[in-house]
Amino acid sequence: MTAVTPITTGRRPPAGGSRGRRVRRGRRGQVGWVFVGPFMAVFALVFLAPIIYSLYLSFFRDQLVGGTSFVGLDNFQRAFEDEQFWAAVGRVALFLVVQVPVMLGLALLVALALDSGRIYGKSFFRIAVFLPYAVPAVVATLMWGFIYGTRFGLVGNFNDAFGVSLPDPLSPSLVLASIGNIVTWEFIGYNMLIFYSALRVVPKSLYEAAEIDGAGQWRIITAVKIPAIRGALVIATIFSVIGSFQLFNEPSILQKLAPNAITTYFTPNFYTYTLSFSGRQQNYAATVSLVMGVVTMIIAYAVQLRGMRKEA
Amino acid sequence: MRTMTRRAMRGVGLLCAAALSLTACGSSDGDAGSSDKTVSGGDLRAALKEGGSITVWAWEPTLKQVVSDFEKEYPKVKVKLVNAGTGNDQYTALQNAVQAGSGVPDVAQVEYYAVGQFALGKSLEDLSRYGAGEFKADYSPGPWNAVAVDDAVYALPMDSGPMALFYNKKVLDKHQIAVPTTWDEYLEAARALHAADPKAYIANDTGDAGFTTSMIWQAGGTPFKNRDTDVTVDLTADKGVLAYTKVWQKLIDEKLLAPVTNWSDEWYKGLADGTIATLATGAWMPANFVSGVESASGDWRAAALPQWEKGGEVSSENGGSALAVMKDGKSKDLAYAFNEYANHSDGVQARLKGGAFPATTADLSSPSFLDTTFPYFGGQKANEIFARSASQVPEDWSYLPFQVYANSIFNDSVGKAYVSDTTLADGLKEWQKASVAYGNDQGFNVNK
Amino acid sequence: MSAPSFTAEQTPRRTTHRAPAPRRGSRARRSPDKPRRSVLLTVLMGVTALYALMPLAWLVINATKTQKGLFGSFGLWFSGDFALWDNISQTLTYDDGIFVRWFLNTLLYVVAGAGGATFLAVLGGYGLAKFDFTGKRAVFAVVIGAVAVPATALAVPTFLMFSKMGLTNTPWAVIIPSLISPFGLYLMWVFAAEAVPTELLEAARMDGSGELRTFFRVALPLLGPGIVTVLLFTMVQTWNNYFLPLIMIKNPDWYPLTLGLNAWNEQASTAGGQPVFNLVITGSLLTIVPLVIAFLLLQRYWQSGLAAGSVKG
Repeated sequence: MTAVTPITTGRRPPAGGSRGRRVRRGRRGQVGWVFVGPFMAVFALVFLAPIIYSLYLSFFRDQLVGGTSFVGLDNFQRAFEDEQFWAAVGRVALFLVVQVPVMLGLALLVALALDSGRIYGKSFFRIAVFLPYAVPAVVATLMWGFIYGTRFGLVGNFNDAFGVSLPDPLSPSLVLASIGNIVTWEFIGYNMLIFYSALRVVPKSLYEAAEIDGAGQWRIITAVKIPAIRGALVIATIFSVIGSFQLFNEPSILQKLAPNAITTYFTPNFYTYTLSFSGRQQNYAATVSLVMGVVTMIIAYAVQLRGMRKEA
Repeated sequence: MRTMTRRAMRGVGLLCAAALSLTACGSSDGDAGSSDKTVSGGDLRAALKEGGSITVWAWEPTLKQVVSDFEKEYPKVKVKLVNAGTGNDQYTALQNAVQAGSGVPDVAQVEYYAVGQFALGKSLEDLSRYGAGEFKADYSPGPWNAVAVDDAVYALPMDSGPMALFYNKKVLDKHQIAVPTTWDEYLEAARALHAADPKAYIANDTGDAGFTTSMIWQAGGTPFKNRDTDVTVDLTADKGVLAYTKVWQKLIDEKLLAPVTNWSDEWYKGLADGTIATLATGAWMPANFVSGVESASGDWRAAALPQWEKGGEVSSENGGSALAVMKDGKSKDLAYAFNEYANHSDGVQARLKGGAFPATTADLSSPSFLDTTFPYFGGQKANEIFARSASQVPEDWSYLPFQVYANSIFNDSVGKAYVSDTTLADGLKEWQKASVAYGNDQGFNVNK
Repeated sequence: MSAPSFTAEQTPRRTTHRAPAPRRGSRARRSPDKPRRSVLLTVLMGVTALYALMPLAWLVINATKTQKGLFGSFGLWFSGDFALWDNISQTLTYDDGIFVRWFLNTLLYVVAGAGGATFLAVLGGYGLAKFDFTGKRAVFAVVIGAVAVPATALAVPTFLMFSKMGLTNTPWAVIIPSLISPFGLYLMWVFAAEAVPTELLEAARMDGSGELRTFFRVALPLLGPGIVTVLLFTMVQTWNNYFLPLIMIKNPDWYPLTLGLNAWNEQASTAGGQPVFNLVITGSLLTIVPLVIAFLLLQRYWQSGLAAGSVKG
């Protein structure tokens, strides 16, 4: 039922199969490509071709003195031994295990609250929580950057007004949390919307039965609603995992305000940006990106496998 | 990724000497067929008459006026002025375009500290075939040395940034603090000011590669040296480095520097409300004061840069850039004609009127320039101070041939000194390590 | 960050305690509006909403300030002079009205990019949901896998490729990559699987309708709500696109709003540059407004569409 199915693909055909109807084969065997083809063609141009090109680049080195030369797997070896790169991976991994659960948890709770029909002004809240999603990362970071200011920003205003001294959100120890806050703020509404729309299509009959059996609200949520939207939860988690590993806009814009807290290798994505754009090491940057892509893929698949095992 | 905005560069000469031996700076043969042919003034006039269009990548605001004047004078020439980003952002775009072999502009603004890197990458046209080699005497030596080596000229200097100390007179007067003439006095002033008003700081600093290198430059340091592809980096024992860290470490330790980053909105606020009391920077700053710190008009003054030794008369350069003609550009003759117009003839005056600081000796010593009064600085004739500064810059300084990248990672290491227990000396040491590693990776022999 | 997470975590538990047992029976007799409203839950939602809206309030308030007022007043309250209209007219006219040009560019990118992305996602999602074909299993795996490679990695190779094709500095460089929305593909897959009964397609085929005709005549009308949702997401994505145009577009005439605003922000950081923070802030506000309006308008379709979808479910 519902949003759960497609995530299992790769292994099982979605929907059609789960509904117990046979999907057409035979005569119409390749007709599906008529529909999927256009997407895949553009996809090949903007995703696959550059990836293949990156792979090609990763076997070379281009020097200011000496030009381009073939170096085999040297770049990969360097990537595996690169402390800055793995420090960046560690940083986004930490970000991932803290920020993603907080954000998705909050989004889920808001979605459940909206779905419960127990609050006043439901449509106001739905649009209010969703609104930050409309704000471009550039603008969001600009606004939060101001709020974080300890001298003239809101944090500073607070310190002055109450004679307290809040810790500097842009100090090296807090900056990751501050970025987490910005990302949470930006995407909580987006995830809420995904969960909420999944909840809306959970058939009432499922929990009517449970209610008749005398199950409490909390029990209905954990036993009926959440399992029913597991597919949406898993897909949101996967996209959040990928998003965390690709963290770039927020740190790169915030770096202007906190140049000493956000290094040029703060996240893997930032590191590849520095390497290829400031450091003209496009070959090595391509290598690092490919390694990062593989790491991300492994974790995304792990999330998918784990998320789906329970369902089966 | 911004704002290593204005850094000057001497010593690219040495770098290009290095590059020449690799035929990087020198040879202009090959690709564009007739590109090593000498072009006379007559040829240029013919080209201007025939017309065409060129693209100029620059973020310098005063060029807008120059472009419109130029188009008025040569109606058949169309100049497209594009702001492709500031400093590093633009270099990135330029590098990408050169690598892709398309979308390269005809003219590009390049800061002095970055000229060497682009010359080395064979991206810049040698302007000596247009006769630019004869302009040597027309520019102050600092900027000229940054763009020229032996017989080759890789760009025409657009402006310069001899350093001065800007100070908020109202604030210093209020706390009866004298304008510091040495860096030791500066430290004392910092203590006195912050004690008198805990919200006020003598300056802001969160680590800025351009500022730090300029300070080391003034202190007589030569931490970077190039000879052929052999490069030396010494940020641990260099005398300029030692002098700088000795004073600056104290300013950091005693928390006498406002933790505000240059060019941020907090910075403009601090300059306006008196919480940042002085600013040691290039002579191009007055225009920014007028446009960005409007409300403090009359509060600020300029003075000579504090000295490392009492009674010294040594200054430094901070910032400044040149216009280069790109080798892959399509209309090089027109590009050069525009460049010369902007930086060697009528365009210079238009730019000065717009608030730019000249690199041309004639203007630096002209009475009308020196007598200009600055209403913003309470009627002070600040150009006298700047012009004197321009003549006091040590000549033996040089940057790294990969300074653009080195500066971009400056805060990764040296920045730690501002936010943790790491000392400035240790931070510089780490910066050295990273720069050496990068240089060697790029094929140079660094510290070998 | 901590405040809302605290409160919201407790929300459901509280609700459970407060839900009196007898009401359950009555709810079972159904009607979605029956459950009693909870003030406490509403207050907790209010805190979350406050968190979401506070920075936006900051933006609105500060868009009313002059450059001077920005520097000299409390961030979350108005300064003496109300300069909103003045700021707006300055924003629209500054630098020969380039902001309007950026706005139109963004509109072009959104219409072509998000429109095209939605179209491709609808086609693809429908194909995946309703057909079996060779390589189908690989499609989603490949899509997810490719999405995992960092965007910055693709940036330089894509730039070099596009450059060779002569596409950089043209709208195509922004539009073509925007045409791919993996999440849109996923959403449409889910939606098409649910919303389009296979029997209906069979019936159309029996009548001799071709596959494309069946798709446009039979399936497409049923996919409406899903299309609106995907359109909403792709619109936001394209509207807020920053990194891609940053690399691809160097000519300010083709900037989208995000790049333009960033350029204005950067303007403060060069010698001789003029800081225009008030215009950056007002411009940011103007950038958001159209999207907010689109949300509010589209929300109604999306809402009714979902309701219809849930009845079917």
